[in-house]
Amino acid sequence: MINFRYVRPTTRQACVTALVSDPTAQFIAGGTNLIDLMKRGVTAPEKVVDINALTLRSIDKQGSGIRIGALALNSAVADHPMIRQQQPLLTQALNAGASAQIRNMATMGGNMLQRTRCHYFYDTALPCNKREPGSGCGALEGFNRIHAIFGTSDRDPKTACIAVHPSDMCVALVALDATVLVTGPNGERRIPFVDFHRLPGNTPERDTNLERGELILAIDVPDNAFARHTHYLKVRDRNSYAFALVSVAAALDLSNSTIRDARLAMGGVAHKPWRLLDAEKALVGKPATEATFRQAADIAMQGAKAFEHNAFKIRMAPSSIVEALKTAARPA
Amino acid sequence: MEEYTLKPGQIGDPLNRVDGRLKVTGGARYAAEYNLPGITFGVLTTSTITKGRIRAIDTKAAEKAPGVLAVVTHKNSPKVPGYNAGTDNEGSRVYGQEFRVFYDDRIYYNNQPVALVIADTLERATYAASLVSVTYNEDKHQTNIKTQTEKAIKPERPEDYARGEANAYKKAPVRIEQDYHTPIHVHNPMEPHAATAVWETNDKVIVYNKAQGVKLAQKDIMKSFDLKAENVRIHSPFVGGAFGSSSRIWPQEMAAILGAKHVGRPVKVVLKRDQVFNMVGYRPRSIQKVGLGATADGKLIGVTHEAMGLTSTYEQFTERIVHPTKSLYSSPNLNAVYKLVPLDLSTPCWTRGPGESSGSFALESAMDELAYALNMDPLTLRLKNFADKDPENDKPWSSNFLKTCYEQGAERFGWSKRNPKPRSMRAGDMLVGMGMSAGIYKAERAPASARAKLLADGSLVVQSAAADVGPGTYTIMTQIAADTMGLPVGKVRFELGDSSFPQAPPQYGSHTTASVGSAVHDVCVALKQRLQELAINKQGSALYQASADDLVFADNAIRLKGRSNGVTYTEILKLNNLPELEVTKESKSGPEKETFSTKSFCATFIEVHVHPATGMVQVKRVVSAVDAGKIMNLKTARSQVLGSTIWGIGMALMEEGVIDHRFGRYMNKDLAEYHVPVCADTPDIDVILIDKPDPIVSPTGAKGIGEIGMVGFAAAVANAVYHATGKRIRELPITPDKLV
Repeated sequence: MINFRYVRPTTRQACVTALVSDPTAQFIAGGTNLIDLMKRGVTAPEKVVDINALTLRSIDKQGSGIRIGALALNSAVADHPMIRQQQPLLTQALNAGASAQIRNMATMGGNMLQRTRCHYFYDTALPCNKREPGSGCGALEGFNRIHAIFGTSDRDPKTACIAVHPSDMCVALVALDATVLVTGPNGERRIPFVDFHRLPGNTPERDTNLERGELILAIDVPDNAFARHTHYLKVRDRNSYAFALVSVAAALDLSNSTIRDARLAMGGVAHKPWRLLDAEKALVGKPATEATFRQAADIAMQGAKAFEHNAFKIRMAPSSIVEALKTAARPA
Repeated sequence: MEEYTLKPGQIGDPLNRVDGRLKVTGGARYAAEYNLPGITFGVLTTSTITKGRIRAIDTKAAEKAPGVLAVVTHKNSPKVPGYNAGTDNEGSRVYGQEFRVFYDDRIYYNNQPVALVIADTLERATYAASLVSVTYNEDKHQTNIKTQTEKAIKPERPEDYARGEANAYKKAPVRIEQDYHTPIHVHNPMEPHAATAVWETNDKVIVYNKAQGVKLAQKDIMKSFDLKAENVRIHSPFVGGAFGSSSRIWPQEMAAILGAKHVGRPVKVVLKRDQVFNMVGYRPRSIQKVGLGATADGKLIGVTHEAMGLTSTYEQFTERIVHPTKSLYSSPNLNAVYKLVPLDLSTPCWTRGPGESSGSFALESAMDELAYALNMDPLTLRLKNFADKDPENDKPWSSNFLKTCYEQGAERFGWSKRNPKPRSMRAGDMLVGMGMSAGIYKAERAPASARAKLLADGSLVVQSAAADVGPGTYTIMTQIAADTMGLPVGKVRFELGDSSFPQAPPQYGSHTTASVGSAVHDVCVALKQRLQELAINKQGSALYQASADDLVFADNAIRLKGRSNGVTYTEILKLNNLPELEVTKESKSGPEKETFSTKSFCATFIEVHVHPATGMVQVKRVVSAVDAGKIMNLKTARSQVLGSTIWGIGMALMEEGVIDHRFGRYMNKDLAEYHVPVCADTPDIDVILIDKPDPIVSPTGAKGIGEIGMVGFAAAVANAVYHATGKRIRELPITPDKLV
């Protein structure tokens, strides 16, 4: 048997130390992804550090925002009255993800750290630079229907990766300017959500900018004026328990019919939740009309690049952006 | 529908499943749950190449791993005498040489079993299986039917058919000709396939598996190991879904049997989900061309259906893909051709509505296209071409209520409110589409036997080697026996899934009710006859020397008509000093059946909403009107149609086994990525059961209901999508990317 050691430290520091002391160790929280990966032989940690003894489950008002503990369950966050009232986009995105059973197990930190659903990543008989650096990218010339159209690494076969980040929640959090609070061997630091995940570059095995041993403590979501005009649109092959082909998180602050401020991000299109800053800029100050939205969508799609089986995303993404913005703009 | 007054348990009564409580409380034991004394666990190591030969197989590390008893490969496997004998192609259901487990070094398909690691726990066997190291001499493989169509062959058992002139549609005033594609479907029952084998002696084996036919499994294993019937026992009392995938012996059974022989202990082999994709068959991909030609007023003149399916390189799996076309509509000219493309994949297998489901997608999509070409309502077109007798063979229908299905389905659905113009109907932002289709499926009956045992306490046990893979066979057989015998259902126990029981056909082809139901009915009639003789001929019986014509059977007793005096079944046994009374009876159709064409029919009406921005399709309403003869249980019958409908939605919108042809491996080999409908995809489903007895197919009047609801279903959805969007999707599934 592939045995592994299991430890359940009770302090943050002990969790970090337990991880750093073993190069293959991994944290476990809800386990909804790690257990699958271990069963499939995609990962084989010799030590699993259970962080569930830490008190990181609370959801609190903190300064000018809400602080969500890293161990808060996806379902608890989605249903929390404060989140539903003040950050409905997050509730919508969370409820679009996975299934009710998985949301009852999955934590906020775990959701952020879930691995890609790329078929080649999951099949240890096939090449994958993310799973096995240097082995090649199966998806590049393979079945790449669910793969990225932005920010891909596709030049060097030894580092190529066109996988997408699968989370819905993270698409909302990146749009909402969240910040991630982490602790680690060098103490605590704050990472803007937009910099938390990374593009594959030459190291597709790395999904995030976390340093080895760093532990997510909380996510801070700042207050905003978007609560009345948000929409999370998820396009998928079935109505529940399917990952996004394309998803859009849209948030508008409207004054009469003029856009005072906007947030826009996409899922299912890149190795990270894909914030659309230029498109947002194009929305601000404009009337909330379909023409405005189309213009923003055009800007959002600049630089998109399709592969053999995902060219549809080049059509689906802009129409989904327009649709999400239209829905968000409707009177609450 | 006619008004019913049904007594509890009577034929037709929507009785709850008699095994429902066992199933929901965990009391029903499935194939992987037989933890026999000394049980060991076998885990398969599988190939990572698609075609070639094993160059070397290193099992040393696995053998040394903790808890491992043995590693079985082609080098040390016990021999299977039947493998060397070659396939008896007269008797086999699939032409060719069956896949031979651990037989030689050849690799025919990816994820093929190459070793069985047997250990004392599942975890240890799983780990050790990962230590088996295999190197290969790899050959170039082909798994893509689309690029291999020129390799198509005519199967040894052809399905080709012609009447009148070939390709007559080409000369018709109005005609269409289109290509249609259906993907691989993997049955994916919730219960993964499993087998536990025990050799009781050197030449006597017991297998606990999931089987749609225990007699068939017994026969296959008898042949493989050259054993007598009494030395092969198959147990399969509960099956957690099969849909065709348990209709023959597969690697898990053979591996368990060979492993158990090798280690001299019981071995259990449970397939992992990804192995279910490769080892127990699948619905093959199809490429079809349909040409339809009609007069300007919509009478079909010519029909051409050219179908191509895929098979393995070692067997020719054929299915009934052109069958609906042959019989559904009257057309003087029709030609149907069916070819196979052998590929480096495992052999496909019967999959709910095998052939009919894929074939009807092409035919019923084409009918919709013809209706638009004619500027005619699609229902009107179908009525116009209704076949008064079976055009395939000119035989009269044994019963045919297809017109009633059309009429009641259209009425319930509100078909007349449909604006035929594509993209003309809306609900808010959503495009609304309405589509319909027709379906036809064989209504067969095979010889079947049943044993009825009346026990001293007045309860009845009926046994037959049938299966209940989910449709409710336990329940309806209990009902048929109770109704026929005049017993409350609580007094009847029906037993199945044991090869030592009297002969029954496998549970596929929608013919269990007509076959086994008839046997149960007939054996109960025979038992009544025996009881009557005993009651009349025994001194001291209240019915001594009564006239048989004056007797009625009801409420556990035989009584004189209109009188209260009689004798209970228990008293009859007691009077005759019998501890129990047993009757076995074989039941089969008479020769008159051959003079009729026997089919079930359906009409499906669908409303979809299509989101124009995203291409997502939601099936909003389903009306499925089904003529399946007399209904034995309104609840279980309805559930069969619900199941067909849900699979139909999956077939139309999401199901597809995707292979990366460079590697020959499945991409979506789990239930997260192989999409089947979830509750959110499933609307209210309105099932209309015509419920008219067929006088020919079976004495109970039943035809068959397990598959008919799927036939034509996907086309009805595709037709509705066309109506909503103006976009005709001819390659399933209709995923959002095809509509944006």
